[in-house]
Formats: sequence, structure tokens, C-alpha cells
Amino acid sequence: MRRTDPVTIIKPLVFFAALLPAASLVYRAIVGRLGVNPVETIEHFTGDWALYLLLATLAITPLRRLTGWGAIVRLRRMLGLFCFFYATLHFSAWLVFDHFFDVMEMAKDIRKRPYVTVGFSAFVLLIPLALTSTNGMVKRLGGGRWKRLHSLVYVVGTLVILHYLWLVKKDTYHPVLYGVILVALLVLRAPVFQRPRRRPPPAPTPVPAAATIGD
Amino acid sequence: MLIKRPQEIPSSEITDRSVYLRRREFLSCSIDAGLTAAALGAFGSLAAPSVLAGEKISGIAKSAYVTDEELTPYESATTYNNFYEFGTAKEDPSLYAKDFRTRPWSVTVEGECARPGTYALEDFLKPHALEERIYRLRCVEAWSMVIPWVGFPLADLIRRFEPTGNAKYVEFTTLLDPQQMPGQRRAVLDWPYVEGLRMDEAMHPLTILAAGMYGEVLPNQNGAPLRLVVPWKYGFKSIKSIVKLRFTEEQPGSTWNRAAPDEYGFYSNVNPERDHPRWSQAKERRIGEFLKRPTLPFNGYADQVASLYTGMDLVNRYF
Repeated sequence: MRRTDPVTIIKPLVFFAALLPAASLVYRAIVGRLGVNPVETIEHFTGDWALYLLLATLAITPLRRLTGWGAIVRLRRMLGLFCFFYATLHFSAWLVFDHFFDVMEMAKDIRKRPYVTVGFSAFVLLIPLALTSTNGMVKRLGGGRWKRLHSLVYVVGTLVILHYLWLVKKDTYHPVLYGVILVALLVLRAPVFQRPRRRPPPAPTPVPAAATIGD
Repeated sequence: MLIKRPQEIPSSEITDRSVYLRRREFLSCSIDAGLTAAALGAFGSLAAPSVLAGEKISGIAKSAYVTDEELTPYESATTYNNFYEFGTAKEDPSLYAKDFRTRPWSVTVEGECARPGTYALEDFLKPHALEERIYRLRCVEAWSMVIPWVGFPLADLIRRFEPTGNAKYVEFTTLLDPQQMPGQRRAVLDWPYVEGLRMDEAMHPLTILAAGMYGEVLPNQNGAPLRLVVPWKYGFKSIKSIVKLRFTEEQPGSTWNRAAPDEYGFYSNVNPERDHPRWSQAKERRIGEFLKRPTLPFNGYADQVASLYTGMDLVNRYF
């Protein structure tokens, strides 16, 4: 019988931890502590957390490869869905507070403002990823196609960093910082950073990619 | 029209003639008294060199330059600031300007004028009667406030220094002191901050130098001890913590214009028709409100200032 992996215990903890920012935002809204410009606070806060969770999601694969802790991949879908959750709140804040459901204005914004164009695109691209995150969808698509579809997350990451970079007035410290983290997480996927397997395959024949999906 | 001109003056408001005739003396006395008390306070407690900020200013005259729009809460106007010298986050200036020393302070006047020199702030301000001006403030970031400034017309000050016929512009400079201004330790902008106005803009009655707000000495995070307020231009034109005025023949540089010429023009008049290249300027969020409201041309001061720009293409060229 397999020993219980620590991930089994960590997973519910991560779930509640990822809910905490949203809970704190609701709490601050109730007690009126959203600051001088509450709309800006909500927009920045939800955008920041969508970004953090995106980076956390992208950190799972390199972590697994560097540490050899395979079970950690069972956190990935949840983190990805939390990223989508915060991105949805972020998008909704823009929809309601900035445009109050004015579709024409929004379309104009998306067309005219590069940072909105890329931000909106990133959000739209997250939708199919969220929809196909279930085990059933993985089966229906098949591992290869599913993987190809979900490599869109790299595009999303790039768009999100551009979104951040293009919206700040002058101080690019934070977007650059997260951009560097994103690049690092992508570079860490390079084969050189893979932990040598304990039992390497005997022949140098190409090894089929291990299924890395779901849990 | 949003500028409210009081039609009838109640007799209670009418100053006695004898007091009126001595008004300058009265005001300079009250300012002096305030400054002296404050200076004593500062010397009395070196640990808190910023005791000046927030002190009540007595004898502020009312002015016709007011709006009946709701004032932005003092708390908001003093904790949500763009003053990159103290950091780029909105709360940074209120956190890191606490110990900023605004006394002793001197202002240098140079360039095309008959009376250049360096003046102690007290002497610089002494001849001017302080009055309240309630202005809308529109930030280039599409938010706005309504602030009761305490100041005096820049025109009155400029006349004292007798600019020559060559003086076509005024350039203003903020203090450069990375020791005290932690934001200047990073090259986010090209320090020191400079701004400029065309002479007719500087002489316009709406343009003031402010030493206070909400009836009190200007808080450090709002540009103490002396700042410019030009209500029909984006907030960044209203330079803070001024140490120098220079009269020039050529159009002076301005920090944001140098940082991003296509985003921040020299004029930077509030203009809903001219979008920032990256965001719209058609609407603004008044601090305290949730939904955006339309932005008015020249921030609602078009009747007073639009004529300064007759025949100029304010959308494509002189933005």
C-alpha cells in the first residue's frame, strides 16, 4: 500500500490559503477599509492575486522536476482555478466599476488600449483552460491535445506581464520583477534543470512524456 | 458653470474699513505669529521637525474662486498622493514625508527678472495675503478631488520680481535632497522635478502658490512648504516643495514631459478629447465615488482659460 503523500494534507490547506485574500477583501469592503480609492484597491488586489496564483501554478512543474516530488502536481489544477477565480473578479471589477456594463465602451477600450487588449486576451484565454480542467475533459481531449491546449498558459503569462508593464505610469519595478520570475519559471523547464532519474532507461530511445496531468 | 460667484455679501461678512485698510499687516502678522509659534515648536521638539504641518492658519480671506462641489475628505487628500520624491505608491508620501524639514526653507528666483536672489521662505511669503481657493484637482491618472487650498495668486509674486520683456516662461524646481526624500534615491524620474508655465498661464488669476489647505499649513505629503496649483491642468503640473523659480525666454523642460514626451505634453491642460496614449481621459473617478464621471474641458475652467489657447491645436500638437 502507498504511503499517504504530504500533498494530501497540504491540499486543503492551500485551498483555504488561496481563499484568504478574497475573504480579506470582502472583510475590508464590509468594514470600509478599502482605502481612499476603493475601486482601484479592488482592481489592483484582484489583479495581483490572479498574477501570484498564475506564477504559483507555473512553479509546480519546475518544483516537481527539481525536487522529484511528483505528488505536488496535484496542487496545480487547484492553483490554476484560483488564478481564474481572481482573474474573473478582476475582470468583473473593470466591467462594473470602470464601464458599468457599457459594452460599446468596453469594446472601444479593448480595441484602443494595448494594456486592456492584452489583459482581456489573457482572461479570454484562461476560460478554455478552466473549462477543460476536469478529469473528464482531459480524457475526452486526450493527453497530447490537452497538453497542447494548456500550453496556452505560457501565452497568458506573457500577456499578463505586458498588461502590468503597460499600465503602470512610470515605476516598472513590480511588473519587471514578476516578469523576471515568469522567465525564470519558463527557463527552469529546460531539460538541463531536470533531476536525473534514479533509474535511467537502459536505451537512449526517446522516453514518452510522463503524464503530468491531474490527480 | 461651476465657479460660484457670491451675489450678495451678508453684512456679517463685510470687514470693517479700518481693519480692511490694515489687512496686509493683519495677515502678515497672523502668518508671522503662526510661523513663529511653529518655529518655536520645532526647536522645542527636535524629534518632531514637522510640527508645522497641520497647524491652523489664521486670517484666511475668502475668495470668489470656489465651487459648491463636495470637498474631498481631508484624510483622503492627505493619504492618497502622487509625490514620487517620497515613493511611487499613493500612501508612500504620507508615510515617508513625516520627518521632512520644511524650515528653514529658501526660494531662489533667477533668470529674466530685475530682482533675482535667494529669499527665506518667510520673506518670500510675507507680502502676500492668504486666501482660500476651492478647486477641482484632476490627476492625469483619471481620478479627481476637490481641495480647499490656502494660497495667493502667483501673479502677485511674479510682479514683485519684475520679470523682463524676455521672460516668456517660468520654470519651477522641487527640492533635491535624497537624504530626506527617499524616492529620489531611485531614478524613477530625472530628479530634481521641474515644471514650467507660459507667462500668461503663470499670471492667470486662477494660478496660485499654496502654503496651506483645509485652513491649515500644507502637510508635507501635499508639497509643503510651498507648491503650485494650476487647476485647469493635470495635477503633475502643480509642482510641490518649490525651491526655485526661473524666468526664461525658451520653453522650459518638465519632468514628465522628458520622461515620456508622447504621454505628457508641456501644456497638459485637462482635455477629455485628448486621451493619454495608454488610457482614456474622457472620464474620471472622483475620490469618494464609485462610478466615473465625465471629465470637463480645462477641468471645468474653460470659461476662464480657454482664451489663452486660441488657435492652438490642443489635441495633436500642444497637448
